Amino acid sequence: MAAAEFDIPEIKDDIEIPKLREGVMSHVKSFPAPKAVQDFMGYPHELGEDWKERAIDKMGDLLGKYRSLKVFLDACVHCGACTDKCHYYLGTSDPKNMPVARQDLMRQVYRRYFTTAGKLFPKLVGAKDLTREILDDWYSYYHQCSECRRCSVFCPYGIDTAEITMAGREILNHVGIGQKYSNEILGKVQKIGNNLGLPGPALEDTLEGLEEDIEADTGVPVKMPIDVKGAEVLLVTPSADFFSEPHVESLIGYAKVFHAAGINWTLSSHASEAGNFGLFNGNYETMRKVAMRIRDAALELGVKRIVVGECGHAWRVAYSFWNTLTGIGYGGNDPFSIELQKQLDPAYPQPQHICELTNDLIKSGKIKVDPSQNDDLVVTYHDSCNVARASRMGTEPGGQFTIPRELIKSVANNFHNMADDTIYESTFCCGGGGGLLTDDLMEVRVKGALPRVTALNNVVKEYQVNFMATICAICKAQFTKVLPKYGFDMSMVGGVHQLVSKAIKLDVPPQAD
Amino acid sequence: MSTVTMIYAGVFYIAAFLLVAGLAYKIFDYSRTPAPLVIPTTPAPTTRTGVVYRMAKEVVVFESLFKSNKWIWVFGWLFHFGLFLVLARHLRYFTQPVWFWVDIVQPFGKYASIMMVLGLAGLLARRFVVDRVRYISTPSDYLMLALLLAIGASGMMMTFVAHTDIVALKEFFMGLMYLDIQPLPQDPVLLVHLALVASLMVIFPISKLLHAPGVFFSPTRNQVDNPREHRHVAAWAARLDQNG
Ligand code: HEM
Ligand code: SF4
Ligand code: SF4
Repeated sequence: MAAAEFDIPEIKDDIEIPKLREGVMSHVKSFPAPKAVQDFMGYPHELGEDWKERAIDKMGDLLGKYRSLKVFLDACVHCGACTDKCHYYLGTSDPKNMPVARQDLMRQVYRRYFTTAGKLFPKLVGAKDLTREILDDWYSYYHQCSECRRCSVFCPYGIDTAEITMAGREILNHVGIGQKYSNEILGKVQKIGNNLGLPGPALEDTLEGLEEDIEADTGVPVKMPIDVKGAEVLLVTPSADFFSEPHVESLIGYAKVFHAAGINWTLSSHASEAGNFGLFNGNYETMRKVAMRIRDAALELGVKRIVVGECGHAWRVAYSFWNTLTGIGYGGNDPFSIELQKQLDPAYPQPQHICELTNDLIKSGKIKVDPSQNDDLVVTYHDSCNVARASRMGTEPGGQFTIPRELIKSVANNFHNMADDTIYESTFCCGGGGGLLTDDLMEVRVKGALPRVTALNNVVKEYQVNFMATICAICKAQFTKVLPKYGFDMSMVGGVHQLVSKAIKLDVPPQAD
Repeated sequence: MSTVTMIYAGVFYIAAFLLVAGLAYKIFDYSRTPAPLVIPTTPAPTTRTGVVYRMAKEVVVFESLFKSNKWIWVFGWLFHFGLFLVLARHLRYFTQPVWFWVDIVQPFGKYASIMMVLGLAGLLARRFVVDRVRYISTPSDYLMLALLLAIGASGMMMTFVAHTDIVALKEFFMGLMYLDIQPLPQDPVLLVHLALVASLMVIFPISKLLHAPGVFFSPTRNQVDNPREHRHVAAWAARLDQNG
């Protein structure tokens, strides 16, 4: 908390809609990616002479490939319904953080180069030639959007600013200004296998250490197998689970669940990362390449089920895109997807979320839990944006809200929701999603967390909540960093499986699944 | 035939052509552009039928807007529903015999114009009053509302104050449809009303009024949430599968 160069916003009783303060966040510039990083990704690392043509060409290319972009850029009526829906606007009061204004940064250029009205009457419709200033605005404000889709819920046409942000970052990459944080990670995951750049041997050491800890703690030899051919389940989880606090507590939870249920499972060193930052940059090919590691590992290990650990955007990519990108799922009728799909066990959803798996096991009595182990806690649940608004669990719409809550309530006795307009599909982002979880964006992260922190503060006051569970590695990392700035204890954040881990009974003889 | 009649006949042919061709092109363009990824805003329906129901709620009662902002919803819905009734009422100028339901709508249509204008006035007021909406408004946003208000006001003038010769007017429009031009009543209010309507028709396919067809093409609203059960691949993306 030392040397904060910006004021930490004050928590009010309610989430307030601020008056506009123009330009207050225009100074924010995430560190640009250096040459080596851009080279690996196949992007230039500086603006060339022809950057404008390249930018417009790329925009045209994306407009032809993504209906979302084309329809969203045309359809907005500037009604203003989304203007007070973004946590970054609420936390910073910079008008360019209003979703529609963020879109307009691109729409003004789209109109000028791609629409009749903008070509003929630019002033009238707010169309502008692409300039360096506009490009800088893109870089600044497309890195103040966590692609959380809250705006999309409230727009009468479902306009999803995340789609615009992704396109914006893709164009920026193509003209030579990439973001260091995201592109570095995309390099590491492709070269080493995970976002943290943790090589295979280090990973094995870590897992061994964890096994010893669990045994010392519980007296039960819970294993954390890696690269086991012929295992039933491949668990793909964010690499933060391997060594960050509080993430690792959830990893221990998953291992105990598999142990207690007698499920033969494995991790993969090749696919030791569920996260897929390709999503954030809006590049289909990159996202596909990163996702292919999981397909490859599944084929290589011959697993029958693929289960995903606690990670928000990873679950979006897994649930919504894996089938499309890699054939992990069902219903494929092409050789590429059939090759994998015939190997998977049709009795289970593919991919399956760890919360779906654990909740089913508890409900069917295959594992036993003692919720009183968590009686020291009063729990609330933070819906992570990508889980809430871009995926599902279970068979019914909204399962992504009910299943984690059901699970929490079965392992903990004291649970309270935060205010209705801050949970479920209206949930507020933690402030660090979408490729913003980097120290050079700390001001954006802290201010963007204000709405969530306000809602949290209210349940802390009203119900003495002392634990906020969540199922996202980014949310966990963001909150442990940001909550202390608002005066909360960082240990009040943790995973749902951290609660499971405490409540699960391991002495029950394992049953075959 | 008077010059004015000839000009208006020409203008309406051109405007109608631009409206239809422009919209047809836009709809064609939206439908040929692939949506490579499954991106419905969830929770989303898991069946096609569910999607039709979701879309119907968006189009008829502006469901998302209702969740979002009650003022915009009230004004926006008054305006659109009023506009819908007004348009329905106008069908009597284009059908012979007049369809039975168009007859039924007539009295409602008359007062719907008030709804429409009230709604528009509310939306315009928001553009001036709310700082966030003022910030995002471009000149065209104000002009669009002004244009619709002017159309509504000139129409109401004829309905409630100075009636025009609607029998002759109907003959003019039926004549346009059957390529047999009939004289247009030379009433200044009517001429203004018609000129504004023609410009709205021309502007429609090149402006934000594209939200009307656009909403049906919005992937966040029109996609089924079934990615685990159904493999969704766009043509350009399927080619990647062939190269491994
Ligand atoms: C499928 C049909 C349509 C649907 C679902 C629809 C829906 C909407 C919605 C939800 C809004 C935002 C709220 C508001 O500002 O009212 C809106 C705005 C608007 N609509 Fe429509 N609309 C449709 C057709 C039309 C048509 C045919 C016109 C005009 C001739 C029109 C003109 C406008 C205008 C001018 C606005 C912007 C209002 C403002 O400036 O605040 N709409 N529409
Ligand atoms: S996607 Fe989220 S962060 Fe981005 S503009 Fe919309 S509400 Fe804000
Ligand atoms: S809610 Fe949708 S249509 Fe209205 S201003 Fe925002 S993005 Fe545009």
